[in-house]
Amino acid sequence: MKEPRSVTDIAANPGQPLAHIETVEQVPLPPPFDDVDSEPGITPLSEEARAKYEVLDDTIAVSIAKPESKEEEERLVGLFLSGLEKLMHREDNWTFLAPFEMSMEHCARCQTCSEACHIYEESGHNELYRPLYRSEILRRIYFKYVKKESPKVHGDIELNWEVVARLIELSYRCNLCRRCAQTCPIGVDNGLLSREIRKIASQEMGIAARELHKDGSVLQLKAGSSTGMTPLVVKDNLEFIDEDTAERVGFEVTTPWDVEGADILLIHNAGEIMSWPENPGAFAVLFNAAGLSWTLSSEIAAYDAINYGVWYDDIQFARVAVKHAEAARKLGVKRIVLGECGHAHKALTVIADKVLTGDLNIPRESAITVMLEILRSGKVEVDPSRNDFPVTLHDPCNMVRLMGIVSPQREILQQVLPPGRFREMTPHGVDNYCCGGGSGFAIMSGHNFADWRHHLPGRKKFRQILEAFGDEPMDHDHPKYVCAPCSNCKGQIRDILAYYDAWEKAGIYYGGLVELIVNAMPQVQPGFIDWEWH
Amino acid sequence: MTAVVYVVTWIALAVFVVACLARVVKWSRMPMHLRWELYPVAHEGGGRARYGGSYLEESKWWTKPRKVSLLGELKVMVPEILFLVALREHNRKLWTRSFPFHFGLYLVAIATMWMMFSGIVGAFVPGAASILGSITTTAVPVVGGVGLVLGLVGAIGLLLRRSSRELRDYTAPADRFNLGFFIVAFTVALATFVIVDRDFAVVSAFVANLVTFHMVAIPGSGLAALLPMLSAVLLALLAAYIPLTHMSHFIGKYFAYHAIRWKDEPNLQGGDEEKTINELLGQPISWAAPHIQGGGTKTWLDAATEEQKS
Repeated sequence: MKEPRSVTDIAANPGQPLAHIETVEQVPLPPPFDDVDSEPGITPLSEEARAKYEVLDDTIAVSIAKPESKEEEERLVGLFLSGLEKLMHREDNWTFLAPFEMSMEHCARCQTCSEACHIYEESGHNELYRPLYRSEILRRIYFKYVKKESPKVHGDIELNWEVVARLIELSYRCNLCRRCAQTCPIGVDNGLLSREIRKIASQEMGIAARELHKDGSVLQLKAGSSTGMTPLVVKDNLEFIDEDTAERVGFEVTTPWDVEGADILLIHNAGEIMSWPENPGAFAVLFNAAGLSWTLSSEIAAYDAINYGVWYDDIQFARVAVKHAEAARKLGVKRIVLGECGHAHKALTVIADKVLTGDLNIPRESAITVMLEILRSGKVEVDPSRNDFPVTLHDPCNMVRLMGIVSPQREILQQVLPPGRFREMTPHGVDNYCCGGGSGFAIMSGHNFADWRHHLPGRKKFRQILEAFGDEPMDHDHPKYVCAPCSNCKGQIRDILAYYDAWEKAGIYYGGLVELIVNAMPQVQPGFIDWEWH
Repeated sequence: MTAVVYVVTWIALAVFVVACLARVVKWSRMPMHLRWELYPVAHEGGGRARYGGSYLEESKWWTKPRKVSLLGELKVMVPEILFLVALREHNRKLWTRSFPFHFGLYLVAIATMWMMFSGIVGAFVPGAASILGSITTTAVPVVGGVGLVLGLVGAIGLLLRRSSRELRDYTAPADRFNLGFFIVAFTVALATFVIVDRDFAVVSAFVANLVTFHMVAIPGSGLAALLPMLSAVLLALLAAYIPLTHMSHFIGKYFAYHAIRWKDEPNLQGGDEEKTINELLGQPISWAAPHIQGGGTKTWLDAATEEQKS
């Protein structure tokens, strides 16, 4: 089946994919990537995977094992229904009851949201990926099986394990970027409904993407970080990063740990420490140069800003948020500052706002506003001519559309780049497109999922990047910088650029924001950004 | 027959009022939820609403006074309500049907409310009836007539649009019934206006009697009496029906914007919200997954703070 023809097709062809994407049906990318025949495709799923797990389309995100008996199927369907019912409870779901019920009851099913979705667009408008497709299935199940209302009012659907399993998989075909919600004339949030489906699966059925749950929030709460780094290991790694950074910049660099009474507790996404050590290194250089009173914490979970619960599970979210706040309380810091990680920003600053009280309610802010304050104060000098290359800016959805931090990063770029070197993507700011790695996708690579996320959600961002640099020579000899002040976005952009071989073919590189500031500091040896492909 | 028309209309209007109030009460009493705002937030002051910025753009934002602009909200809400700006921007094809439909509804509602106001004031203020009556006979036919035409054209357009390839599969029988109901009610009302009541004299007299609780028979016979009675009953039943369906989004939308999308008040340490949050965290959970095992006894606080074994 190329695509489902109707909502009820979600139950069609059990065991077979409901949709298939052909590159030739997609809108070609801008040059030099406009030859659709030479675009890397999606590696076919293995026969073993198809036999073992529930299948929705060309890929598998959640790896939902096929039940071994009819009884097991019925038990899981029953759990799905009880979870759906709990989403309407004031006790079980006070966290999202109002937004959830609003979106369940008031959707006019007008499809205004569809054109806002980059996945739907890049799929060649495949029906399966409409924001409304999965929401409509959820609504029909809810009104027919939970509220026992007539299907004539809300539409009909038959409920069985195939439908439940596919709906859960389908909730992992949404980046939760909420661009669809932004366009809804009524205020319905079909992005939220994807998250609520994930919640039913995780909180009631015990089903979640392994990278988010077992290898994500569970590991973070047990070992200290989803990277597996224990407190001892992370301190070792930072010591190494300090040494490496000192060599790069030409003077000593020290990252302070567990400083009681410091002004700032800085929390990085631990992925930066593992994959982009220049980022925490640059923070140390900048914060020390500005004379800030700051520290990292070696408490469990507090040296990793990630909070994957925001994508699939309220309880896991709250557990991690509390750990972050407890570490800050223990040190007696005055504020928590989030490093370059979008979802960590939103999780701890905005969403945890209605979870943390009393002495856990320690003020939280973005590292971007702190960096801007440093530049505005004049405590750190910058020489924009050191960043004499074209730069475009990716707006992480969590920081921008969902938090309203739009202007500071642009003001920073104005200060650290020579005139004419910065160009916006179209659209940008709160109207931006997700990098394609949102909602956990950036760290999900099971089976062939990485191919899928590059080929559909990430393709829109790659298109935007190419368009932003459209006036530059597209070759390896003319390096260009995509500034992505978010660890997950950066990971996704790294993967897209690698997927399309964009460094070799077009000289497109990527990195964070703080690196551009440090690269422009006169006291730093030239070449902090070394254009070394990761 | 006269009594039936009046009683049905009264009951229907009462249902409309009670159902609307129930919706308002329901959304007002929703528990506090986690913040889930979407930018731009219209009341952000300091010029930030223009590009979607927030108070979180300032370092140490909690130490600075928040700039909130009611005018900013009005500048977004009024055009949104009147002209459906978001739909115009993001779905022009639907807007060409939905805008006349909604604007027609507004005009019909304004004409109806004027007739109600005029009826009440005319009954209790001596001398006012003639002045109000002259306004009614000149303005209401224009406002009401245009409203009915726009509403009817819009409803037909929306019904046809629901049969398009894009919307067909997402259209339940009830959606067609809803629009059909509008089409029938507006067609009858328009026929009443065109055929028997060009100056709205009959209808406005009926409305005046309705709001002053006088069961005076509609004058005339045959179509001259039947059409006004039928349109009154249909429009009243339609009014009663709307807040019982998803079309109550005219109420929900206010809360969707003000209580969710634009709800950005921070919970500051020692502030009023902390007590409410602590109460919510003290509620039991029954989520059954192995990593939670709420069982209806464990509270949110218990679940959030229990030690995860390594």
